[in-house]
Amino acid sequence: MAHQIRVEVNGEVQEREVEARKLLVHFLRDDLGLTGTNVGCETTLCGACTVWIDGQPVKSCTQLAVQADGTRVTTIEGLADGSKLHPMQEAFWEEHGLQCGFCTPGMILAATALLDTNPNPTEGEIREALKGNICRCTGYHNIVKAVQKAAQGGASNG
Amino acid sequence: MFPASFEYHRAGSTQEALDLLARHPEAKFLAGGHSLLPMMKLRLAQPPAVIDIGRIAELSGIALEGGTIRIGATTRHGELAASQTLREHCPILAEAAGHIGDPQVRNRGTLGGNIAHADPASDLPAVLVALDATVDVLGPNGERQVRAADFFVGLLSTALGEDEIITAVHVPFFASGVGTAYLKAEHPASGYAVCGAAAVVTMSGGVCADTSLAFNGISDIPVSASAVAAALVGTSLDDAAIDAAISSHLSVPDPLGDVYASGEYRVQLAKVYGARALKAARDRA
Repeated sequence: MAHQIRVEVNGEVQEREVEARKLLVHFLRDDLGLTGTNVGCETTLCGACTVWIDGQPVKSCTQLAVQADGTRVTTIEGLADGSKLHPMQEAFWEEHGLQCGFCTPGMILAATALLDTNPNPTEGEIREALKGNICRCTGYHNIVKAVQKAAQGGASNG
Repeated sequence: MFPASFEYHRAGSTQEALDLLARHPEAKFLAGGHSLLPMMKLRLAQPPAVIDIGRIAELSGIALEGGTIRIGATTRHGELAASQTLREHCPILAEAAGHIGDPQVRNRGTLGGNIAHADPASDLPAVLVALDATVDVLGPNGERQVRAADFFVGLLSTALGEDEIITAVHVPFFASGVGTAYLKAEHPASGYAVCGAAAVVTMSGGVCADTSLAFNGISDIPVSASAVAAALVGTSLDDAAIDAAISSHLSVPDPLGDVYASGEYRVQLAKVYGARALKAARDRA
């Protein structure tokens, strides 16, 4: 049975019919074409599918699309202001906080959410906040440096 | 990887949730979905219907009630970890909730969902047993209270009836003189507890007036080390007393073992983490 849902995605209201079992990540990727949100482990561990629901980072592989009805969802596509990158995206670019890029959308959304609640995190707090985001290329050194750089530049959305 | 088909119902109130359950007796409640959805994606669970209780306001929140702290069933782990009331008056629950999974998981997973799932490697069950918490359960015949120690009855099984819903958990409101600690040896990949130790200590005039110690991860259900606690009441709770009580009185029937950690190793972890948790709780009392 299909369910009508109404979700504000990156500032735009989307009304769609979804099957109850459709996961939020598939709704974003397949129904809305927002393929910046990646499907990684599919088991709530890797964080590649991280999006914000009402400003809080969550793993969209472990959410039903119907659960997002009436909420505000932000994906990586919603961070940049036109062609101007979000300061966290800029910092990942500057510090080379990625290699293959698969984990990057989730990393950036988790890191930006951290700065919203804690604008000057310690290195330990950054690593703790990114515990749910796994990078399998090269480790976390430059990712942490990128978040630190963004924090110095005042990259929270707050 | 997605669940098998199911009917989805969203309940607007606790009563509506129970009514829906009466009409769909094989349905599962969905709150944060962080225990149920992974099971459904792996097809280990294939409920014909799911009742979403995630938006029922009366099921969520932390409030003082009759000398205890009442926590609504759908209160999220992140809210437990951040709660000023818990951090001041029942800090072990905030501490343990802050160790669950990762920030994204804590933003969705709920207290009621956690204990209903009753995973032996989960952090909160042993904490609730150590706190002698009470679980409020509502069914067609009204509400009943179940002590945490009686709530967990086996691997992934609880005393919750098929027609019942968890509405809240009550934990003690501690004033001064009480120290608590939750420490765990976590699995490096999953973050689940290989062994978690929850300790509560009441000190009075330099003497241990009351204490409790419970473990998760080492058995199908939380293990309450009541003999260790009994041996410590009346002592000064110095390191030697704690070490002696643990080595003489900690017994774990049927310890869990797997390819990562044998039962023998988990019992050894319990001895070490149990002693550390008691010492940390004493130092905070």
